[in-house]
Amino acid sequence: MVHVVLTRLLAAVPTLLGVMVILFITLRLLPGDPTAAMLGGAEATPETIAALEAQFGLDRPVGEQFLMFMGDVLTLDLGTSYATRQPVGVMISQQIGHTLQLAGAAAVISAVAGIVLGSLAAIRRDGWLDAGIRVLSLVNTAMPSFWLGLLLIMAFAFGLGWFPATGTGSLAHLILPAVTLGLSAAGTVTRIVRNSVLEVLGENYVTALHAKGLRARTVVAVHVLRNAVIPTVTVVGIQLGALVAGSVIVETVFTRQGIGQTLVQAINGQDYPVIQGVVLVIAVIYVAINIVVDISYSAIDPRVRATVAR
Amino acid sequence: MATALAAPARSPLRLRMPRLSTSRVTFAVAVVWLAIVAAAALIPGLLGPGDPAALDPSQVLTAPGEQALLGTDHYGRSVLTLLVHGARTALVIGLAATALGLVLGGWFGLLAGYLGGWVDMLVGRVVDMLMCFPGVLLALVIASGLGASTTNLIIAVGISAAPGFARVMRGQVLSVRSRLYVEAARSMGFGSGRIIVCHVLPNALAPSAVLATVTVGTSIVAAASLSFLGLGVRSDVPDWGQLLSMGQPYLASAWWISTFPGVVLTLTVIAVSLVGDWLRDRMDSD
Repeated sequence: MVHVVLTRLLAAVPTLLGVMVILFITLRLLPGDPTAAMLGGAEATPETIAALEAQFGLDRPVGEQFLMFMGDVLTLDLGTSYATRQPVGVMISQQIGHTLQLAGAAAVISAVAGIVLGSLAAIRRDGWLDAGIRVLSLVNTAMPSFWLGLLLIMAFAFGLGWFPATGTGSLAHLILPAVTLGLSAAGTVTRIVRNSVLEVLGENYVTALHAKGLRARTVVAVHVLRNAVIPTVTVVGIQLGALVAGSVIVETVFTRQGIGQTLVQAINGQDYPVIQGVVLVIAVIYVAINIVVDISYSAIDPRVRATVAR
Repeated sequence: MATALAAPARSPLRLRMPRLSTSRVTFAVAVVWLAIVAAAALIPGLLGPGDPAALDPSQVLTAPGEQALLGTDHYGRSVLTLLVHGARTALVIGLAATALGLVLGGWFGLLAGYLGGWVDMLVGRVVDMLMCFPGVLLALVIASGLGASTTNLIIAVGISAAPGFARVMRGQVLSVRSRLYVEAARSMGFGSGRIIVCHVLPNALAPSAVLATVTVGTSIVAAASLSFLGLGVRSDVPDWGQLLSMGQPYLASAWWISTFPGVVLTLTVIAVSLVGDWLRDRMDSD
């Protein structure tokens, strides 16, 4: 087991280094003038611009800038915001709680909706319920999450007045964004659950359980779902990482605090260190979740454990 | 839900017949819808009369009705005209980004699958790295590096679609490479270039073609999302995603500004994915 964990962690190191290279190339080498963004449109003498460039190390050769960036990140220093002059690490740590709360709630919603709808569709295979769920998941995947969010705001905030349309804080503020984000991933989970339940339903031991005289409901609830859960764990786990990224859009729709909002503000202000920092944090979370999913996968399924151990 | 559970199981025979025809009908509807969108993109003047940029202060925020079929926005522009003219932006971005992703990803996937060895490893690692940016994040980073414009949006969305194509193409090339006809071509002394272009590529293209149809839809969604975040097309180019987000401040008073572009966008993406399903079924049966 320790061996599995270590191999997975070591394999992630070059990948994350590559992520940093990609970030550096896209944000530093592409056209765009960071000093203009720092000045925010104000007129400045060449001396001021030179001083700013020296302060942020932008006057050094590209290779040296890259090494500085890598060195900083490895010592957990994500740099300083051009706009607020605050350390990026501090900005992120102040906001990330809101985002993780949103992504966590959304993951629960997508898992519950996906498992319920997916198993119903599988049990009533080819019936109208299955067809209905298929149409729902088709519409669901075709809808941009911000559009779903706007619809929910129209219905539940302006129409019924149940929840606030925007803001952060109470549980009521969390519900609409979490449902938006959760539903945006529910279609995928539903499809996977349906497939894996169908697969398990075809197994010999399920036929044996029916033959034994167990009620169909017991067979599904006790035996089928437990075995169908493994692919679901993988999907929900990987989705959780994607949900953190999806929060960028959902937080903007609901003007909710979080690293997504921080990222969008940084993009609009061309605040490259903040963009870099937030994207790097999201990528690290995504990779970390993937590793955890891989490991828990082998913990849940004895067959996988056996193969890896060998 | 309770009634659904209690519904008696139907005989498979009774279900087969209508389902076949429903799928044909939905496919036909999808094709008709895409034809309308394509017509709007090619000759916008036909379906959406008037100038999309025409401002009319006397018509600001008119509700859908006789004055304006789908209402007007806060500048007094007709929502219908804006939607019709936005079709071109959506289709151009969807198709161009997909083409870029297919060519870029497909090419590297082809090389990786055919050559194997260190090329395969290198491409595999780069794909892994790009896949570390979940969702629209990669497109978002590229678009924010390049700046907001239609071309940059296409580049951003296209590059972020490339890793998927690279994976699919590599997998398919691996299986085609070991087929007998490839070996025959090699034993006849053909060079690698000729074998790749004439024998491997045509036979490995099908899964990528199916992925490409799906990607047209996801690219339209991704581009709309970037538009929503302010990284989309210039504000004078009519665009569904932009119109959707412009309507957000008016959700409570003028629901039609956001609702119609949302519906049109969703219908188009659904239609594209139905056509993709049809294509996949076709390719599978071959």
